[in-house]
Amino acid sequence: MSPQPVESLKGFGVTFKQIFKKPITQQYPEYKRPVYPRFRGRHRLWRHENGLEKCVGCSLCAAACPADCIRVVAAENTPDNRVSAGERYARIYEINLSRCIFCGYCELACPFDAITLGNEFEISEHNRDDQIYTKDMLLTPPVKQVPVADRDLYDTPIPFYKSDS
Amino acid sequence: MSQEPWWIALIEAVIIINLLLGLFAYLTLIERKLMGRMQLRFGPNRAGKFGLLQPIADLVKLVRKEAFSPEAAIDLPYILAPVVSAFTALAAFAFIPWGPGWTVNGWHVNGEIANVSIGLIAIFALGSVGIYGFIVGGWASESKFSILGSMRTCAQLVSYEVSLALSVLGVVILGRSLNLPEIVSRQGSFLPYAIPQFIGLLIFFVGGVAETSRAPFDLPEAEQELVAGYHTEYSGMRWGLFQMAEYVNLITLSGLMVTLFFAGWHGPWDLGPIWFILKLLAVLFVFIWLRTTLPRLRYDQLMRFGWKVLLPVATLNAVVTAALVVGFGG
Repeated sequence: MSPQPVESLKGFGVTFKQIFKKPITQQYPEYKRPVYPRFRGRHRLWRHENGLEKCVGCSLCAAACPADCIRVVAAENTPDNRVSAGERYARIYEINLSRCIFCGYCELACPFDAITLGNEFEISEHNRDDQIYTKDMLLTPPVKQVPVADRDLYDTPIPFYKSDS
Repeated sequence: MSQEPWWIALIEAVIIINLLLGLFAYLTLIERKLMGRMQLRFGPNRAGKFGLLQPIADLVKLVRKEAFSPEAAIDLPYILAPVVSAFTALAAFAFIPWGPGWTVNGWHVNGEIANVSIGLIAIFALGSVGIYGFIVGGWASESKFSILGSMRTCAQLVSYEVSLALSVLGVVILGRSLNLPEIVSRQGSFLPYAIPQFIGLLIFFVGGVAETSRAPFDLPEAEQELVAGYHTEYSGMRWGLFQMAEYVNLITLSGLMVTLFFAGWHGPWDLGPIWFILKLLAVLFVFIWLRTTLPRLRYDQLMRFGWKVLLPVATLNAVVTAALVVGFGG
């Protein structure tokens, strides 16, 4: 290609004009951009309204997990120690978040909607051991709340892949 | 021009070297801020207000960083190379005149540290010695990539130094002197040589960009494509010295450009050094602007442009200027 001096000089005008424009950088720790409502972040375990845990310790989530980061040890419910609504409950429920890839297969596998993925993404720690979340940590709502975008902006009555055809 | 005692020159040198290093430190910040704004970013804004403490933070980081060296490196040249580069870069600024000179308490203070009759040649000579730092540094690292990088740097700097030196020939012919203060004072009474020597200015600018190895001629580093060139095996403050040499060379070159083509410290009002600093900053701005705008050249393009375009035009410019000066009696 032959040299194009005039076209090259035009570029200088572009870069010079940019100086007076507002930078589009988002200043992260001060401004947190609202995440997409279905953003897959830190997991939550849920309870029924009567306080019983939804998880029955079936280990289907652990089986579905491609990163093999969920560990479930189940135990029988007894009349004086009733933890979950089913026959058994999860005595140990651990998720190693340093291995988790946030694919969401665990929530798909769960027959009782006991585990879901929340919106929290600020889960870095100074120590790898601190990234193993136990059942108590997963059952309590997260301390840091993340701004979430309005669901109405994204939820459409008919999914686009159905409305298109 | 009356002579100043040696101790005034020494005090001047201490002040100027500190100003120069301060300007270098903040030039890195100005460059990053300005480049950021040109790319719709903020640039560094975390260390201090507007990121004003960023150069200090960078320095602390560089000094504290472990300066490891390859086991096979040849120690003496390996350690000496960045020192030589930084020294020659700083020393070259001594010849740049930045003021008319004053008389304080009966003592005469020059507007430059060293007033030599061949100041221009001295600057180019020091620049050439500085290139040894780059070559020897890459060679002494005992690494294939370092030596390839230093060969690349060497080829680029040597080819463009020729055009750079030839481009100022027109100014020397018009100014009839190699003494920088004299060239400046001649421009003050005539007009800035940027107008009669416009082609010379363009060649000097392009050659200068290549000589300080900045984008679009930053093939010695080429950070998006290669790791680095001659300074691959350097880290910590040794790398910092190379970087300092590069930036101080840039400041010196801009100072030389202001001196040779923009009448140095002369201006519509008698502001002295303030004019020099303003012009210097303007030239530096153009260098940064160029860096954000143009993409890097390919190596064969670099060589072709240097030898087939820049060198003939520079030679022609010098010959035509000489003929005109002789023909019209200057």
